[in-house]
Amino acid sequence: MTEPTGFNHLLKKLGYETSGGFGEERKIIILFSLAAVLLITASIAVVLGTYNITVAEVYHTIFTHLTFGNVESLPRLHNTIVWDIRVPRIILATSVGGALAIAGAIFQGVFRNPLVEPYILGVSSGAAFGAALGIVFPAIFFSIQVFAFAFGALAVTLAYLLARSRGETPIVTLILAGVIIGSIFSALVSLLKYLSDDTALREITFWLMGGFYYATWGDVILLVPVVLISFIVLWALGWKLNVLSMGDDEARALGVNPEKYKFVVIALATAITAFAVSLVGIIAWVGLMMPHASRMLLGPDNRFVIPASLMMGGCYLIVCDTLARTLTTAEIPVGILTSILGAPYLCYLLRSKGRVIFG
Amino acid sequence: MLRVNDMHFRYGSFPVLSGVSFSVERGELCGLFGPNGSGKTTLFKCCLRFLHAEQGSVVVRGEDISQCNIEHLARLVAYVPQEHKPPFPYLVREVVLMGRTPHLGGFFGIRRRDREIAMDALATLGISDLADRPYNQLSGGQRQMVLMARAIAQDTPLLFLDEPTSALDFQNQMRIWEIMRDVAEEGKTILACSHDPNHVAWFCDRVVVVGDGVVVAEGYPEDVISEGVLGKIYQNVCSVRMLDGVQMVMPRCVTERNGKQGSSYPLHDPLFAEACGEVDVET
Repeated sequence: MTEPTGFNHLLKKLGYETSGGFGEERKIIILFSLAAVLLITASIAVVLGTYNITVAEVYHTIFTHLTFGNVESLPRLHNTIVWDIRVPRIILATSVGGALAIAGAIFQGVFRNPLVEPYILGVSSGAAFGAALGIVFPAIFFSIQVFAFAFGALAVTLAYLLARSRGETPIVTLILAGVIIGSIFSALVSLLKYLSDDTALREITFWLMGGFYYATWGDVILLVPVVLISFIVLWALGWKLNVLSMGDDEARALGVNPEKYKFVVIALATAITAFAVSLVGIIAWVGLMMPHASRMLLGPDNRFVIPASLMMGGCYLIVCDTLARTLTTAEIPVGILTSILGAPYLCYLLRSKGRVIFG
Repeated sequence: MLRVNDMHFRYGSFPVLSGVSFSVERGELCGLFGPNGSGKTTLFKCCLRFLHAEQGSVVVRGEDISQCNIEHLARLVAYVPQEHKPPFPYLVREVVLMGRTPHLGGFFGIRRRDREIAMDALATLGISDLADRPYNQLSGGQRQMVLMARAIAQDTPLLFLDEPTSALDFQNQMRIWEIMRDVAEEGKTILACSHDPNHVAWFCDRVVVVGDGVVVAEGYPEDVISEGVLGKIYQNVCSVRMLDGVQMVMPRCVTERNGKQGSSYPLHDPLFAEACGEVDVET
């Protein structure tokens, strides 16, 4: 470890310590292991599916695409299933899982409460209302995704404005405002459900459960850059987030303007949540659970928690989505699986490590 | 170094500070002394701009703090709060490293030097063994020591300490006061509030006494910690005596009892203590 390799130098530049007994070597190794696990999970998931294609054929197809080989020489069906369906779906699952998990870590840190999830400020209810509008009145609200995003963002903006008074946004007021705005939009969704016909009702219900059925490269190209950029910015703010989670006065005394940074991180976390939700519907639990899992592995330092959340959230959604599309011949909405798999895990956390994590 | 001019502040319609003015010179350890609810913490919070004073100004090293941004202010002033407990189990070393935040730049900006300063601060306080313990699982006294280490790591010319010894045992109280003396010797300025008149008299260079939102007295401890001033803020419960040339503040009930009964008074008579009423001692 003492040899100053280029890689070590880079880590040091980033502010991580690779030597000297500061206990960060272990965490860095864990981060790289998580990256490896994510890659392996994705590689396994891409082989699995209802239509049987051999491992060799799957990788041959991907390899041909990645090396800009002759795509025309591939069997049409294999090409469509692997490259146009499975690969974008896995990438989308990874980035949605990552986005929700990062947002969860951010919200938990800012709100100084390990029990909040990214939907706390009403983004999911808002998005659900937008999507329902798009489904029930397709003539006026032309795109489900656009309106889901718009109303998700609108809900959080309303909550933020409602909570803001005299230049400050106290956490408790903000959470209460989020709950209020969320319940209004939930009521509006119920109203739309009541008004809609059977087909639309069915569609709304499916949307609310979340799923990657229609994942395309178009979605991937929209979501991945947004998530990546937000991730890098939030990661860079990781240390400031640590200070913020000590409380507003503490943060001020340590030179971190709580209003400014709260606004920046909440805006970014909301943006990626709303974006992810607008593309795939409401997927529960990832944003609550994965930050906890990261903290168990790496401690509460957000410089580690944020990248770990990204990878673990991605991994978890790949697993859930792969189960969703392979367990039965018909697809199970992935939101159901994330909850069924997630709840027992959180129970386990609560029983075994509750005191350590929840203070 | 620090100059507070005519500070006014009220919570709603309840006035807490009504015209507080005093100044502290560079390298001084200044005690801020006053009864519960006299506005000491509020004064700190106004000086740090956590609260916005309705009138008055605070000047730190020639700069009016209402013109400073938060980042700059954190390089001028460090603050040790009374008590708080974060929801996440940060390690003690991480909490102390947070003290370096105002000096960081870049991506995360934490350099090896910052870590070393943090570890040195822990060593100064003699709590290096706590470095890898989760901060929110420590006792109140240990947390107070950690916050003190964080303020030292912050390396500012001015330090505000809000009852830095309130939860500490006798040995650690003395250690903290000694450390504050050392820090002041280095040329840094400290404003510390305390509830123990003896601590203030023994360790501070100067004392500012506040009561009912105004400065009651200001000056050298031997002048200010007198029966007259203490009688004004504590309704005559204190006597001041000299013992081996050291000024001692004692509860009046004890000195009177001593005078009446010689040395044969009951040492721990709860009935008698109750009859004496509230005696202001460290908790």
